[in-house]
Amino acid sequence: MNTSAINPSASQQSSFENGDKAPLTAPPELTFDSAGAVRLRRYRRFKDRLASAAVGVGGISVIVAIMLIFIYLMYEVMPLFDAAEIKPWQHQGQQVAPYSRPGADVDTWYLTAEEQAEVGLRVDASGLASFFDTRTGVLKQQLKLGGDSVATATAFALGAEDSRSFALAHSDGGLTFARHQYQVSYPNDVRTITPEIEYPYADAQLQLSDQLGQVQQLAVRDSEEQLLAVGLDVDGQVVASRFTKEVNFITEEVEIEAEHRLIPLAAVAARQAEVARLLISPDTSWLFVIYRDGSLITADLRQFDSPVLHPVLQVSDGEVTRAEFLLGGNSLLIGDSLGEVGQWFLVRDDHNEYRLAEVRRFHDPAPAAVVALTTEHRRKGFVVAEASGQISFYNSTAHNRVLTDRLADPVSDNGIVTIAMAPRANALLVEDGNGMISLWQVDNEHPEVSWSALWQQVWYEGYQDPDYIWQSSASNDDFEPKYSLAPLAFGTLKAAFYAMLLATPLAICGAIYTAYFMAPALRTKVKPFIELMEALPTVILGFLAGLWLAPFIEDRLATVFTLLTMVPLGVLLFAFIWHNFPKRIRLLIPEGWDLLLLIPVIIGLAWFCLPLSAGLEALLFGGDMRGFITRDLGINFDQRNALVVGIAMGFAVIPTIFSITEDAIFSVPQSLSNGSLALGATPWQTLSRVVLPTASPAIFSAVMIGMGRAVGETMIVLMATGNTPIMDMNIFEGMRTLAANIAVEMPESEVGSSHFRILFLAALVLFAFTFAVNTVAEVIRQRLRRKYGSL
Amino acid sequence: MKLSVSSWIKSGQPWVWLTGAAVGLNVIMVAGLLALIAVRGLGHFWPAEVLQAQYQQNDGTQVEVIGEVTDTERVPASQLREAGQPVDAGIEFVDRDLLKVGNRDIGGSDFRWLNRSALQQIEYSPQLFVAERREWGNFYGFLRQLKQSGQLVGSYTAGQSDADYQQLWQQLQQRLERTLAIHQQISKIEKNQIGSINSKLERLRLAERRLELSDSLTVVAQADIAADRAEQDSAYEALQQRLIELYAEIERDSLVAEVAGGQQIEISLSKIVQAYRPNEMGVAEKLLFYFGQIWVFMSDEPREANTEGGVFPAIFGTVMMVLLMSFLVTPFGVIAAIYLREYAKQGLLTRLIRIAVNNLAGVPSIVYGVFGLGFFIYFLGGNIDQLFFPEALPAPTFGTPGLMWASLTLALLTLPVVIVATEEGLARIPRSIREGSLALGATKAETLWKVVLPMASPAMMTGVILAVARAAGEVAPLMLVGVVKLAPSLPLDTNYPFVHLDQKFMHLGFHIYDVGFQSPNVEAARPLVYATALLLVLVIALLNLSAVAIRNRLREKYKALEH
Repeated sequence: MNTSAINPSASQQSSFENGDKAPLTAPPELTFDSAGAVRLRRYRRFKDRLASAAVGVGGISVIVAIMLIFIYLMYEVMPLFDAAEIKPWQHQGQQVAPYSRPGADVDTWYLTAEEQAEVGLRVDASGLASFFDTRTGVLKQQLKLGGDSVATATAFALGAEDSRSFALAHSDGGLTFARHQYQVSYPNDVRTITPEIEYPYADAQLQLSDQLGQVQQLAVRDSEEQLLAVGLDVDGQVVASRFTKEVNFITEEVEIEAEHRLIPLAAVAARQAEVARLLISPDTSWLFVIYRDGSLITADLRQFDSPVLHPVLQVSDGEVTRAEFLLGGNSLLIGDSLGEVGQWFLVRDDHNEYRLAEVRRFHDPAPAAVVALTTEHRRKGFVVAEASGQISFYNSTAHNRVLTDRLADPVSDNGIVTIAMAPRANALLVEDGNGMISLWQVDNEHPEVSWSALWQQVWYEGYQDPDYIWQSSASNDDFEPKYSLAPLAFGTLKAAFYAMLLATPLAICGAIYTAYFMAPALRTKVKPFIELMEALPTVILGFLAGLWLAPFIEDRLATVFTLLTMVPLGVLLFAFIWHNFPKRIRLLIPEGWDLLLLIPVIIGLAWFCLPLSAGLEALLFGGDMRGFITRDLGINFDQRNALVVGIAMGFAVIPTIFSITEDAIFSVPQSLSNGSLALGATPWQTLSRVVLPTASPAIFSAVMIGMGRAVGETMIVLMATGNTPIMDMNIFEGMRTLAANIAVEMPESEVGSSHFRILFLAALVLFAFTFAVNTVAEVIRQRLRRKYGSL
Repeated sequence: MKLSVSSWIKSGQPWVWLTGAAVGLNVIMVAGLLALIAVRGLGHFWPAEVLQAQYQQNDGTQVEVIGEVTDTERVPASQLREAGQPVDAGIEFVDRDLLKVGNRDIGGSDFRWLNRSALQQIEYSPQLFVAERREWGNFYGFLRQLKQSGQLVGSYTAGQSDADYQQLWQQLQQRLERTLAIHQQISKIEKNQIGSINSKLERLRLAERRLELSDSLTVVAQADIAADRAEQDSAYEALQQRLIELYAEIERDSLVAEVAGGQQIEISLSKIVQAYRPNEMGVAEKLLFYFGQIWVFMSDEPREANTEGGVFPAIFGTVMMVLLMSFLVTPFGVIAAIYLREYAKQGLLTRLIRIAVNNLAGVPSIVYGVFGLGFFIYFLGGNIDQLFFPEALPAPTFGTPGLMWASLTLALLTLPVVIVATEEGLARIPRSIREGSLALGATKAETLWKVVLPMASPAMMTGVILAVARAAGEVAPLMLVGVVKLAPSLPLDTNYPFVHLDQKFMHLGFHIYDVGFQSPNVEAARPLVYATALLLVLVIALLNLSAVAIRNRLREKYKALEH
C-alpha cells in the first residue's frame, strides 16, 4: 500500500499512531519524540502488554478450571484410601508416658474408656473397678463392684461395649450386673467428667443356678424383656439363667423372675477341652460355646425350656485365644494362636434354618498368636494385638487391614496383654506385660472403604450370600453400611445402554438423511428444530417421563411394541407402493422433500397401531400384556423402568449425536461423492461406501459424546426411575445411577464422613469417565478436521 | 415403471426411506412433546364448565355430583369387571371421566373417576360457582347466604329468580373485594414491615456479637444497641397490634353454600382467593378470565406447598441467578475465546485448551454440583465465614448453599458455551479487517478493543444467551448448591444489603421437580407443573431462537464482507 497516496490529514493521523516509524512527509511542526508523544507510546505499549497478559491468563484459566475440578475431587477422595495411624497421645504438648495400672495388681478383666477418652475404667480380677485419668494414670475413683460385702468375684462378662454393661459372678453364685456411666459438667468452663457405676438390677438379688459350682466363665446379655446369664463352672457344667422382667401393673415396679436351664453340651460330644469363651447374641436367642481347641457349639435358646444344640463346628485350626462379638452382636470374631481372626455369623438358609458360616478371615503378613482383641463401639471394626507385640486394625465389611504396627518401646517389647478402644475410635488403651498402661492416639477415619467393599461382592451380615449392595444409611446405630458402587455403576451403564439403543439409530439415520438426501431449504428448517431439543431442560423430559410416559407405557405396553415394529415396516411398505406410483404423481413431491410425505404417513401408522395393538394384545396376551409379563413370564415390572428412561434419555441424547453426525456427513467434500456418483454408484452406495466411511470417525466421536451425556444425566433418571439400586438388565425394572445417587444422598450426608467422600468418589468416577470419552472424541475430531482440510 | 421388490431393495431406496422415517420420527417427537406441554399447560387456566349430575353408583344408589371434567379415558370393560364393578355384558369399552369435584375438606379427595354412562340429568347451571381457596383446594357449589359477623345479610333459596341470585352474587363480590384488600394489607405488614424489623434486629445482634468478639463492647455501645433494639421492638409491637385488628376485620364476612348432596357449608371469605361462575361466563369473559389467570400464575406466590397459586418467586429466583451468572461467565468466556482465536499460537497449548473446553462441556452437570458444594461452599464459603463473618458463627453465612455459589457453579458449567460461540464469531471476522486496523498503526489491544470486539459483540451475545438458556434449565447441580422448594423471601428486597447473595432461592426447573414428584397432592398439582414446564420451555426456546437468529444475521453480514 502506498502511504503517500493518502490525503495529508489521514497520513498525519496514521503516522501519529504508528509511533515507531518515521513519517514519510512529516510536517515540520510535528515532533514525534516530544515528551507527551513518548508518554502516550509508552502508555499504549503498556496497555497492549497488559491486554496480552490478561488474555493469556484468561485462556489458561480454562485449563486451570478443569484441573481444579479434578484436583479438588481427588483431594476429597484421597483420605478414603489413607492408611490408619497410631502414635502416642499428646497431652498439653507432651507425649503421654506409660503409667502403672490402677487398682489391684492382678489380671485385668476389662479395660475401657469413656466418650472423650479422658477417663478410663479398669475392672480387675479382684472385682475392683478403678476409674482413672487415661493420660496420667491418676486414680479418680475406686470401688468394689456389687458393694463391699459381696463374695469374691470369680468371673467377668462383658454385656456390650456400646451399652457399657458388664457382669460379675461371685463365689456364692451371686451375679452383679452393672453399667459404667459418665456425667459431663462444665463448672468454670472446664469440662469435668464424673464417672459412676450404676446397678440396673440393684433391688433384685440376681442369683445364678445352684446347680453350678464355682463359676469360671460367664456370659451375659441384657435385652428389653430379659437378662440372660450363662455360667460355666469348674466341672464343665453350663447353666443358663433367664431373669424375665415383668412390670407389675399396680405398683409399676419391675419384678424379676428367674429360671435356670442346664445346657446339655455333653449330649453333642464328650468335651474334654477347656472352654475359651461363652457368648450370647443380643436377642438372647443364641449361645455360642467356644473351646480352646478350636471347636464351637451353637445352642439355640429360642425355646428356653428345650435348648437345641447344633453339631460341633471347627472354627480354627489352632488354639482359640480370644473371641468377641463385633458391633451389633451379629458377627463372632474368633482369634487363634495362629494369628488369624475369623468372622462368623448365623446365616438363614432357604428352609429358614440357621447355621454358623465363616464369612472371612483376617491376618497380617507376620501372624503370631492373638493375645488381645477389642472391637470398635460404632463401626464394624476391631483391633488385634499379637504375641509378637504387633497391633493391627481391621474393618470387617471392607475386609480391610488398615494398619499393622509395633507400638513404641517398651510397650510392644513387654508384650501386650489388654487393649481397649475409646468409643470414638480415636484412642487406644494398651496394657503391657509389666502392668503398665499407655494411651495411644488413633487416626483411622475411613476403614470401611476398600477396593473390595466398593466394587466386589461382599457378604454382609444377615445376608445369605455375598452380594453387591448400596445402602448407605439406616435408622439403627449398629447398621452395617453397604457401599458397593457396583450396582450404581451398573445402573448408570444400563440406563445409558437403553438410551443409546434408541438414540443411536434414530440420530444417525436422521443425520444421514438430513445431511445427504434432504433438500437444502428443508434442511435449514429441520436441523435447528431437532437441535432445539438439546436446549430442552432435562427436568422437563424427566417430569414428562415420570408422570406421563411411565403410566402411558404401563397402560399401553402393547401399543409401544406394536409401534416399534409397525412403523418401520409400514414406512417400507408405503415407500414400495409410492415407488410404483405413476411418475407424474411421484414428481409432485420434489426430491429431498419426501419428509413432508413421511410425517403424515408415520402419524397415520401410529393411529392405525392403536386399535391394532389392542387386537394383538387380546390375541397374544389375553388382553393384558403387562399382566402377561409379570404373571406368565415372571418378570418384574416397575412403572418407572428402563424402557421409560431409555425413551426419555434417548430423547435427550438424540440432538447431541444428530448434530455432530450431521455436521460430519455434511462436511465430507462434495468431490468425493460426486466422483462416486459419476462412476455409476447409486446414491445409497455412495453414501454407504464413500461418505459414511469418511465421516465414520466423527460419527464415532458423536456416539461417544452422546454416551457421555447419557452417563452423566441426572434429572431424567432421578424422576423416571424408582431409584432402586438393583443389578438386573431387565428392561421393565428401574435402576439407580451414580448421578442420581449423588443428587439424592449428597444433601443428607455428613461433611467429611466416609459416605460423603464416597459420593465424591462417585462424582470423580463420572468425571473420569466423561473426561476419557470426551477427550478421545475431541482428539478424533481434531485429527479429522486436519484431514478434511487437506482434501 | 413397475419395479420388482428385489431390484428395489438393491437400489438402496428402502434404506433412504428408513433414514427419512428417522428424521420424521425425530421431528414428530419434538413437535409432539412441545404440543403436549402446551396443551396441558395452557388448558389449566381455562375456566372449564362445571357440571351437576346424578350419578348412579356401583351399589345402585344415586348421588349428586358437581365438578369439572379434567380427563377422559376409555378402559376395557374386562378391567372394570375384574375390579368388581358391574358392567353390562356385551360392552367392550367403557368411557370414564375424571371429575374434579374439589371440596377436599368435605369429600376427602379432589378427583373422582366416573363412568359416563352412569351420569344422568347432566346440567350446567349458571348459578354454580367455583371458589379458589387458600386451603383445601377448590370449592364447588351454590351460593345460599351471606353473613356479616354471623348475622345474615343476604340469602337465596332454590327456586327464587335469577336476578335475586345475581344480586347476592354481586354482594359477595363486593365483600370479597374488601376482604382481599385487607388480606393484602396483612401480607404487606407480615412480609415487608415485620420482615424489615426482623432483619434490623438480626443486624443488631450481629453488630453486638462483632463488638464482643473484638473486645470493644463498651457500655456506651451496649446502650446504643439496647436503645435501637427497644425502638425496633416497639415498632414491632405496634405492627402486631395492627395485625390483630386486621385479622379481626378480615374474619368478618362469610358465605354459606350448598354443595353436591344438599349439605350447607359456611366458608369465611378470608379463606377465598376468588369466586367465579364459569357456566355463566361468555367467551369474551372466559378469555379475560383466562389471561387473568395466566397473569396470576406468573405474578403470584405459591400456596399450599407449591401446588396452587403462582410461581413468581421461582421466576424471580431463576432470573436473579441467571443474571448473576452472566456477569460472572461473560468476561471469562470472552477472554478465553479471544486468547484461543487472537493471541495464542495455534499449537499444542491451544489444542489442550480446546480439549479442556470440550471436557468442561461434557462433564455431567451433577459433578459441577458436587464440586460447587465441596469447593465453593464448604471450602471457599467456610473460609469467608471465618474471615469476614465470625460474628454469625456457628450459623454459616456463605458456608451454606446460596445464590452466589449457585451462580458461580453455573458460570463454570456454561463457560464452554460462551467460549465456543464467541470463538465462532471471532473466526467469522475477516482477517482483512484486523490487518487493516494494524496497518493503520493500532496496537493489537486497540485493534481488539475498537475493531474486533464490537464486530464480535453479537456473537458474544449469542454465547451469553445460550449460556442463560442452559443455566435456566439446569436443575441437578442447583439441588446441591442453593435451590430450595420454598424460599421465605426474595433474594432482592428493601432490607440492607438489598441483594442477598447468601440466601437460598427458588428456581423454575426445581419447582417442576419438587411439585411434580415431592408434593403431597401430585394429581391436583399436575396441571400447574405442566404450566410451569411450558413457561420454562417457552423462555428457553425463545432464548435459543433469538441466539440462532443473531448468529445467522452475523453470518450473513460477514459473508458479505468476505467477498
